[in-house]
Amino acid sequence: MNHLLSVEDLDRQAIERIVAQAARFAEVSDREIKKVPALRGRMVLNLFYEASTRTRSSFELAAKRLSADVVNFAASGSSVEKGESLKDTVLTLSAHKPDAIVLRTPWAGAAELVSRWCSAAIVNAGDGKHEHPTQALLDVYTLRRRLGGIDGLSIWIVGDVAHSRVARSNIIAFQRMGAKVTVAGPPTLIPREIEALGCEVRYTLDDLASADVVYALRMQRERMSEKWVPSLREYAAWYQINGRRLGPRQVLMHPGPVNRGVELSGEAVDSPQAVIAAQVEAGVVVRMAVLYELLAGRHAARAPLDGPVPEPQLA
Amino acid sequence: MPAAALVHGPYSPAELLLRDVHVRDPRAELDARRDVLVRGGEIAELAEPGTLAQPEGAEAIEGEGKHLLPAFFDPHVHLRTPGQEHKEDLHSGTRAAAAGGFGGVVAMPNTDPVIDSPALLGSLRDVASREAVVPVGFLAAITRGLGGEELTEMAQLRDAGALGFTDDGLPVASAGMLRKALQYQRLCGGVISLHEEDPTLSGAGCMREGPVSAALGVAGIPSVSESTMVARDAELAAYENARVHFQHLSCAASVEALAHAKERGVKVSGEVTPHHLLLTDEHVRDLDTRMKMNPPLGSEEDRRALIEALRAGVVDCVATDHAPHAREEKEVPFEQAPMGTTGLETAFPALYTGLVLTGALDLGTLVARMTAGAALYGLPTPTIALGRPANLTLIDLDAELIAGERGWESRSENCCFAGRPLRGRVLLTLAAGAIVYRERVFSVVAA
Repeated sequence: MNHLLSVEDLDRQAIERIVAQAARFAEVSDREIKKVPALRGRMVLNLFYEASTRTRSSFELAAKRLSADVVNFAASGSSVEKGESLKDTVLTLSAHKPDAIVLRTPWAGAAELVSRWCSAAIVNAGDGKHEHPTQALLDVYTLRRRLGGIDGLSIWIVGDVAHSRVARSNIIAFQRMGAKVTVAGPPTLIPREIEALGCEVRYTLDDLASADVVYALRMQRERMSEKWVPSLREYAAWYQINGRRLGPRQVLMHPGPVNRGVELSGEAVDSPQAVIAAQVEAGVVVRMAVLYELLAGRHAARAPLDGPVPEPQLA
Repeated sequence: MPAAALVHGPYSPAELLLRDVHVRDPRAELDARRDVLVRGGEIAELAEPGTLAQPEGAEAIEGEGKHLLPAFFDPHVHLRTPGQEHKEDLHSGTRAAAAGGFGGVVAMPNTDPVIDSPALLGSLRDVASREAVVPVGFLAAITRGLGGEELTEMAQLRDAGALGFTDDGLPVASAGMLRKALQYQRLCGGVISLHEEDPTLSGAGCMREGPVSAALGVAGIPSVSESTMVARDAELAAYENARVHFQHLSCAASVEALAHAKERGVKVSGEVTPHHLLLTDEHVRDLDTRMKMNPPLGSEEDRRALIEALRAGVVDCVATDHAPHAREEKEVPFEQAPMGTTGLETAFPALYTGLVLTGALDLGTLVARMTAGAALYGLPTPTIALGRPANLTLIDLDAELIAGERGWESRSENCCFAGRPLRGRVLLTLAAGAIVYRERVFSVVAA
C-alpha cells in the first residue's frame, strides 16, 4: 500500500490487517512510556485546509507514539492565504522530504491529486464530502472490540448523509466487513441514488429497533441556513437518537463532535450503549497502524501486500 | 439592416488540385472519387479521378485513400477574447478550429468584459479581421453583463454584426426577462440561443446528480435543471412565435421537450456536444477536472438519447462548446476547477471513432450534423459544389492518433479526450477559399 486515499481501495483483507496491527499498538497506549521507535527518523506532515482539532491531534499523537517527527501545517495564517495553490504548497512542503503527508481539505479527490504531485505517502484525512478512510477504519476497529465481529450486523447510519464523508467511507467499509448498512435521514439530506453503494435507504426511524448498531452523524448548523431542514427542533423530533429510540442491546456510535440535544440526546451520549470515547481512543492506534503500514520499510524491501503482518519493534 | 457575416483575417485564395480524393457531401449527394480543382478559392471543377491536369501555379495534392468533406461549422465556441487571452485568443482559437477541420465558428459573448455593446462588438470584429484564421461570427449578450436584468441594445448589436444573442455560461433565469428578448427579436431578428439551467436546481453542483455524484460526495446538478428550462422556454417561444436555439443539450428529457416543441411547429433547434455524445458521469469518477463541464456529463441513458436525437435530426447539429482554461486553473481539486473542455481539435476524430466506427451513426449523417450549425445562424452551409467557395477538409479516416500527442493548436490543453486513441486525422482545411491548416507532417507534391 503506497497511500491511503479511499476505503474503496481497501479489500477486506487489507482492513483486517490494519485493524490487527492497531490491536497490537493498543498495548503501547497502555504503557507508562507510550512510545515505540518504529518510525524513528521519519517525518509526517499534517497538512490541514480545514479546521480540525480531533483528527489532527489524533494523527499527531499516532505519529509521535511511533517516534516520527511531526510538522503541522494549517492553511489559515499560511502561504495559502497569500494565494498559493494546493499544488505549489505541496511542492514547496515536499522539498522538506516528508515521508507521509496527512491531508485534510474541503475538496473531493484532493488527496488523490496530491499523491500524483509528490513521492510521500498520502493519507486522506478527509477530502470534502467524499471520504474519511481512517474514521471508517477506527469505527471498524471499535466495533470489533465491542462486538467481536461485524459479519451479519445491521448498521444504521442516521442523519445528514449528503454532506458526510464519514457516511460514505463507513457505508463501504462496514459492507466490506460483512455488515448490512441502512442509511436514514430527511429526504433532503439523503443523496439520490446512494443505493448504488449497496445500502438501503429509510426516511424514518420506525424500524430502528432492527439495528445492531446506530451510527449517528453530526447535524451541522450551517445546513440550517442552507434550508436543508425546516428546523433543528423538527429534525430532533424525527431523527434524534435518544432514550426512547435506543435499545439496550444496540451500540451507539458518533464521529464527533456531538451536538448534544440535536442528533443525540444527552442521555444517549452518556449511555452505556455509546462507544464515542472508545472511537476517539481507537483513532490513535488505528492511525498508528496506518502510518506503520505505509512507512515501515517503505524505502527498504517490503513484505508483499498480502504477506504476513510485520510485527512492530517494541521498545 | 446589413446581413451579419463572418469575419476573418487576410487570406490569399487557394489554387489547388486535389487528386483522386473520396468526396463525401451528403447534401450534394456526392459519395465518389473525384479530382477536385480549386481556383481563386472556388471549387472550379469536380471530375473523374485522374482526368484533371495540374494548372500552372497550382499546388497538387495526392489524395488517394483520403476523404474530402465539407469543412465543419461550429456554432458554439469560447475564444476568450477580450479579457481572458491567457486561455485562448482569436488567433489560437481559430487555429484550433482549422486543425479540427472547421471552416467557421461562432464565438460566445461571455468574455471579460461581456460583449453587450455595439462598440465592443465592433472592436472585436475588427480584431477578428486581423487575427482570425477561419471565419468567425459573434453572438452578443441577451442581458447587460449577463446580469439577467436588463436587455442589451439588441437592434444596435445586430447592426454592429451580431449573428444572434445568448447569455451562454448562464441561463436567462427570469422568464419575464427572456420574454422581453423574444419580443424584441421581432424588431431585430437574430437567433436567441439559450444555455438552459435552473440555478435554483443546479445550485453549487459540479457534476450530474446520480450514482456517481452520490458515491463521490460531490454536489450534483439534476438533469431536470436543464429539461424544465427547455420546456419552459419552448413554451415562451411558441407564445411569442420566436426563434430559439437550445445550446449543448445534455439529457434525455431535454431532447424529449425539444422533439415535442418541434412536433408542434415551434421554431426551435438544438445542438449537442461531442463530449455529451461520447462520455458519461462514469468518466467523472476519477475527478479528472477535464471531465468537469456545464452542462455536466450525463447518464448512459442520456447519452443514448442524445445520439438517437442527433441521428433522427431532433437535435440539429454538433457544437463543441470549446471552452479553454489555463493549466493552473484546471490543475486544482475538482470542485474548485472551472467548467469546460476544449473540443475543436478532437470533435471529428472523437465522433468518427465513437459513433461512426461503432455503427451508431453513418458518416454522411455525421458530416451533415457537423456542418448544419451554419444554417442556424442564417449562414450558407458548407457544400462541395461547383462555383462554391472552398470550405473543405481532407481527412485520412484510417489514420490513428492519440488525442493531444502532438500538442494542441489551442492555447489550452483541457481536453476531455486527451490521451485517447482515435481514428480520422485532419490533413488539410480550406475555409472561405484559403488553405488555413496543413497537418505538419503532411507531404505535398510540389508543382
